[in-house]
Amino acid sequence: MTGAFLGLLRRDLRLSLRQGGDVGLVIGFFVLAVLLFPFGVGPEPELLGRIAAGIIWVAALLAAVLSLDRLFAADHADGGLDLIALSAMPLELAVLAKAAAHWLTTGLPLTLISPLLAVLVDLDAAAIPVLMLGLLLGTPALSLFGAIAAALTLGARRPGVLVSLLVLPLYLPPLIFGAGAVEATLTADGGRAHLLLLGALTLAALPLAPLATAAALRQALD
Amino acid sequence: MLTRLANPARFMRVSGAALPWLGAGTAVVLAVGLVWSLAIAPPDYQQGETVRIMFLHVPAAWMALSVYLFIAVASAVALVWRHPLAEIAAQAAAPVGAAFTLVCLATGSLWGRPMWGAWWVWDARLTSVLVLFFLYLGYIALVNAFDDRSRGARAGSLLALVGIVNLPIIKFSVDWWNTLHQPASVVRVGGPSIATSMLLPLLVMASGFALLFGWMLVLRMRTALNERKVEALRLYGHAARVDASPDGAIAAGRPALR
Repeated sequence: MTGAFLGLLRRDLRLSLRQGGDVGLVIGFFVLAVLLFPFGVGPEPELLGRIAAGIIWVAALLAAVLSLDRLFAADHADGGLDLIALSAMPLELAVLAKAAAHWLTTGLPLTLISPLLAVLVDLDAAAIPVLMLGLLLGTPALSLFGAIAAALTLGARRPGVLVSLLVLPLYLPPLIFGAGAVEATLTADGGRAHLLLLGALTLAALPLAPLATAAALRQALD
Repeated sequence: MLTRLANPARFMRVSGAALPWLGAGTAVVLAVGLVWSLAIAPPDYQQGETVRIMFLHVPAAWMALSVYLFIAVASAVALVWRHPLAEIAAQAAAPVGAAFTLVCLATGSLWGRPMWGAWWVWDARLTSVLVLFFLYLGYIALVNAFDDRSRGARAGSLLALVGIVNLPIIKFSVDWWNTLHQPASVVRVGGPSIATSMLLPLLVMASGFALLFGWMLVLRMRTALNERKVEALRLYGHAARVDASPDGAIAAGRPALR
């Protein structure tokens, strides 16, 4: 099982790194979305710093949503998903492998590049570690919840907009706690409670999201 | 009884007989409830006459939550037991539930302006109900996004079950967070804390809203079943015409009937 899991993970990573545009597009969109805000709300450091955490988290969310369609659609189109479903590996494990590959090519680069963007939007330097830790804890949940929405919309007309609508209720808790952790660090007792809840969300998503995603994939493959 | 009604033809007969009674019952209960709540119930000692918005807002909120629970249960029944009418019931209920949620949000906003001074606040209860509204819209969009109707129905069933986690969040949001929205006054440990003179018209309005939902649900389910009948007849009629005409047979790739 471990061999199959790692094999699928390696395959997905290799595919997305070969089409180098995928990771680059996600990071590029993330940076562009964040950069638009100083032009929109004005460059005052106090104002920008106040909303910086929210800007970065919203941009991370949007970048994650944009990249969801490459999770299952390509494999579904060329029949690879049928083979994965027919293999001895449980479909839930395959979903976990694909979500892990998605996180490694989306959530992790976003987390690593966030300090640079935090400086650009005048986030208080004391809060950057909390921002990074929050993104590190929360982005796996984004990949897992996104997998549910991506699987539900396989084969739909215009799946892009539909995925955003479906994934919005599931993405709100990580957003609230992630941005709230930074805010609590700067103004209140600290973001520990928020970060713990973020971690709890990811841990809850780890077993539950693959269950829902695999059920949705089985329906799509019928 | 659910299994007896699984036969669409029997469901059409039973619902056709029940529909006028449901409609009449809705009209009577709603009329009694409206007169009672708008004219007879006492004004609040703090809020005055504005409290009468409660008699629309609270039943609409109760229905918004109950209809989503109904959709989730119907989806589970469809997925587990493959009841033929469960998916139709869920899809018929969704726009009604979305409408109840919209009424809840709108009446709440109209009530909040004089009471809190704001049309909208981002507190836990209002945000989670807004999320419920988007869950309804997402469900309707997902079901209609597929060319294959049964695929859309199954995907929608899964989405409804995934979104069920929002319901306890809405119910307990006023306990878990520091919210502007008032805490529970009716369904709470220790019984209702609201005066009986207001509780009774509230319950009558709630029953009226529930009957309204039942009436609309049956009406929409009957319409959906008739739509499918029309579609099937159209397809069958087209196939029969193709078979009968000599050109049609050639077009269908078979030797012409002689």
